[in-house]
Amino acid sequence: MPSPVGPEIERLIQLLARLPGLGPRSARRAALHLIKKREQLLAPLAEAVRVAAERVVVCSSCGNVDTSDPCAVCSDARRDPSVLIVVEDVSDLWALERAAVMNARYHVLGGVLSALDGVRPEDLNLDRLVARASAPEVKEVILALNATVDGQTTAHYITDLLSHLPVKITRLAHGVPVGGELDYLDEGTLSAAIRQRTAF
Amino acid sequence: MEWQDEGIVLGARRHGEANVILELMTAAHGRHLGLVRGGRSPRLQPVLQPGNGVCVVWRARIEEHLGHYAVEATAMRAARFIDSPLALHGLGTLTALLRLMPERDPHPGLYEALSVLMEHLDDPAVAPALIVRFELAVLAELGFGLDLSCCAATGGTQELVYVSPKSGRAVSRAAGEPYRDRLLPLPSFLRQGGLVDTIGADDVLAGFRLTGLFLSRHVYEPRGLAEPDARRRLVELVARGGAPGQGGSVRSGARREA
Repeated sequence: MPSPVGPEIERLIQLLARLPGLGPRSARRAALHLIKKREQLLAPLAEAVRVAAERVVVCSSCGNVDTSDPCAVCSDARRDPSVLIVVEDVSDLWALERAAVMNARYHVLGGVLSALDGVRPEDLNLDRLVARASAPEVKEVILALNATVDGQTTAHYITDLLSHLPVKITRLAHGVPVGGELDYLDEGTLSAAIRQRTAF
Repeated sequence: MEWQDEGIVLGARRHGEANVILELMTAAHGRHLGLVRGGRSPRLQPVLQPGNGVCVVWRARIEEHLGHYAVEATAMRAARFIDSPLALHGLGTLTALLRLMPERDPHPGLYEALSVLMEHLDDPAVAPALIVRFELAVLAELGFGLDLSCCAATGGTQELVYVSPKSGRAVSRAAGEPYRDRLLPLPSFLRQGGLVDTIGADDVLAGFRLTGLFLSRHVYEPRGLAEPDARRRLVELVARGGAPGQGGSVRSGARREA
């Protein structure tokens, strides 16, 4: 059946359908919406995408993405240089920044060790991490990795890797989320919460 | 097609944004894959961590299809394992090994041994020796089992202290003495009827060297694979006594339970 739209629009729909959260049907709706809002949305979006494609770089220090190298986080002099937070991906860095609980610096690994996905230590941004953690001003490395088998395997691997350095290595607590009801939690989370209970 | 079985999670690979392809070692259906809809949801993600025990219902229109799993947790072990480097490296070693088993080929004995191992994987007193025994069991299931029951040269069953790297058969002390530089030591906890109270770290390492050689020769190299990183890290951990509470020796429970 021939497409009801020209190849340019069909191409736009195909590209939109590759985005997370969008399938072919929702990509059609998004494309149609963009076309209808040509001046207000389509043109500014095209310009923003063009600029981002031209200017976005990976920070050579921490692995974050920004339009400058070093990134805004690394070049922010107000951040505490004694604490380094290790995260799996840029999305985790953004999540921690949203929480605004630590005014520290970050290190993005770019993944976690995974036998299933064939991710090995040399595929991660680990050499740079060792170099940064060796800096005299760094006193603590926080391993903010997912509470999954792969995430914690990576955390233990990094702990070994940094064991010769005079830095305190910590990790995020595992347990009951805020707003969580015990009745609905899985047994694994409950047992971790009980094991890691703190004085009240 | 529909069946129900129990299984142990080996891994879950992303499939689209919400689903995963779950890889299980099942009791009656061997290593078996299936799609789990909503497998990346906050409810199911903790359940689908490697090492967890699950009860599954598998459904497909025809047997050759990938099929769908409906999953229910029976043993949430991963939460315990993530605190222990020994358990995590052990888990990585076991899942990498089991992934080499043919799909949909039942190995009930191996599943039973794996179930026992999972209960002790974070116990430094028994886990390393259990893993060595499990590797021997995998070699046997793949058709490359070692014969440690009698001496390859004399047929005797006493003082079996070596293994021939060529034949994979035990060799007695007397028969092996002239060739001992070329033979592998047979750890006491792997000897037939060798009741031991404690298993030394050296014995466990000798066990890993023994299974490592035959796994490389018969399993990894023919498939163009290297020894899994997790196994290398596990052996390093045992070698430096890094398993918490290991203290240089392990209990003999391993011999009884695997």
